[in-house]
Amino acid sequence: MSLRDSQLGELKVPLTWAAAIALIVAAVVAVAFLISDRRETFQAEAYGATRRASDTVLAPVGNVLAAPARWTGAGVDSISGYFFAASENRRLKAELKEMRQWRDVAIALRDTNDRYRTLLGLRTDPPIPMVAARIVTDSRGPFANTRLANAGAEKNVKPGNPVMSENGLVGRVIGVASGASRVLLLTDTASKTPVMIDRNNARAILTGDGGPNPRLDYLRGRDPVKEGDRILTSGDGGVLPRGLPVGTAVKGLDGRWRVVLASDRAAIDFVRILLFEDFTQVVNQKELSVMPVPPPTLGAQTVGMAPPAAAAVTAPAASAPKPAAPPATAATAPKPATAPLAAAPKPGAAAPSKPTGPAATASKPTVPKPTAPKPAAPKPATAKPATAKPATSTAAKPPAATPAKPPAPRPAPQPEEPPI
Amino acid sequence: MSAARSLEPWRWLGVPILQALVLTVLFGIPLRVFGLQLPEPVFPMAAVFAWAVIRPSILAPFGVLLMGLFLDYFWGGPIGLWALCLLAAYGVALGGRTMMAGQSRGILWTWYGLVTAVAMLLGYLFEMIDVKSTPGLVALAWQFLATIVLYPFAHRLIEMFEDADVRFR
Repeated sequence: MSLRDSQLGELKVPLTWAAAIALIVAAVVAVAFLISDRRETFQAEAYGATRRASDTVLAPVGNVLAAPARWTGAGVDSISGYFFAASENRRLKAELKEMRQWRDVAIALRDTNDRYRTLLGLRTDPPIPMVAARIVTDSRGPFANTRLANAGAEKNVKPGNPVMSENGLVGRVIGVASGASRVLLLTDTASKTPVMIDRNNARAILTGDGGPNPRLDYLRGRDPVKEGDRILTSGDGGVLPRGLPVGTAVKGLDGRWRVVLASDRAAIDFVRILLFEDFTQVVNQKELSVMPVPPPTLGAQTVGMAPPAAAAVTAPAASAPKPAAPPATAATAPKPATAPLAAAPKPGAAAPSKPTGPAATASKPTVPKPTAPKPAAPKPATAKPATAKPATSTAAKPPAATPAKPPAPRPAPQPEEPPI
Repeated sequence: MSAARSLEPWRWLGVPILQALVLTVLFGIPLRVFGLQLPEPVFPMAAVFAWAVIRPSILAPFGVLLMGLFLDYFWGGPIGLWALCLLAAYGVALGGRTMMAGQSRGILWTWYGLVTAVAMLLGYLFEMIDVKSTPGLVALAWQFLATIVLYPFAHRLIEMFEDADVRFR
């Protein structure tokens, strides 16, 4: 008697239904995972312990498996280098000749820039420390374009850190584990990067779509882009530093502007993770939001209680110390200066790790002095809330906008009425 | 071709899972020769289709879920995306298995392509909703092509186990 004819054959329908129920249960689990996922956010905790654990395990595995690929790549490079040595030599000589001219221009421009910075007292961006890492796994599908790099939390890599190859921007870190960090490539659908066109500073958002050439969205103006325009990061939003090379603009087959990524020029095996932190990330936001209380006016009574005559008398009294006050307050009063100074040491603290820099050394003497006295210069007491702005505005405008809540003492505007 | 006659879970579920995951990891290494990268097919799709054709199973959906979650973790995509897409593909194949019974290799291959298209369409729609951006159709087409050429693996699995449980022939 065959199995089909036996009583066990009656189990067919229940088994099919049980399989369908199992399918539904599994689908519910998958949907729950999907809804709770927040991979592209900047919050470190959003990445999840499971992802961190899997990255920690996958990084060494990928590292081992990628070794033969690296050797193969190196072998192919050496073979092609052997066969194309003559033509490459010719090309390099021509390039060197051109680069020598650019070197002279660059030296002259650097000198001019340094002088202008010194004259203007510009607060230049501190050099950004970086960490080298090797890419160990790579995904290239339409729904995920990420890479796993073998440097993680132990090297102070944080979510949001930009990642560059020797040719240009690759993406940014979205998750950090011990010994590994997940890099979201510019081509991923979740990647949206503020960029600018080098020729005219026009802004756009570089939006990945899973293909090799991400789109330029939200372009403003008429024909802001031309074929071959250089695309750089704009630094808007503070996620990435300004001026990192991204690629070149091309017109896509769909008629939209796209970018041929500079990082695609060569295989991305080693990357640099820039330990970049924007001013808004570094600064103590609470401290910036605190409204400094103005010093009490000499001889002033309780607000609103003084008779008009007394107010007229106190007003000149309040204005009298003005000439002497600026130097005194500039030297002693810490209030306007505290916020910027609190912000300043932190980038400075990050700076020592990079000894590179003529730009850094040139900027150092000029940084604190010209900007600090400026806030203290305005004489009236009412200017104090505003004094916080000039110093802070050099790096972070949004926090400076918070002091919209002036404290109670408002006697100072009254002096504008006829003092005599 | 020798056909295995027993449907032991480790044999028709466990081994294909391992094979699919190992191949996924191998194709995930950053190899680039003469500017060309490796394709990125969805290896678990072959096992998913074959399992549905062989017979309905309670364990198979959880095997599909496991493979989908692995893809999401390994590729760094939204967690649950490929799990859901593969389960949808499994459901479609399971629903149409009576129509596939006794069909030729070409017809089954077409069904496999259809099931793969359903999975990718679902992924496309979810990405549109999730990140408010449309994935590129070219990238989608490349992965689709790279996946449907894997049908011979699915066919081999079907041939190995389709006669194992005569109730579901």
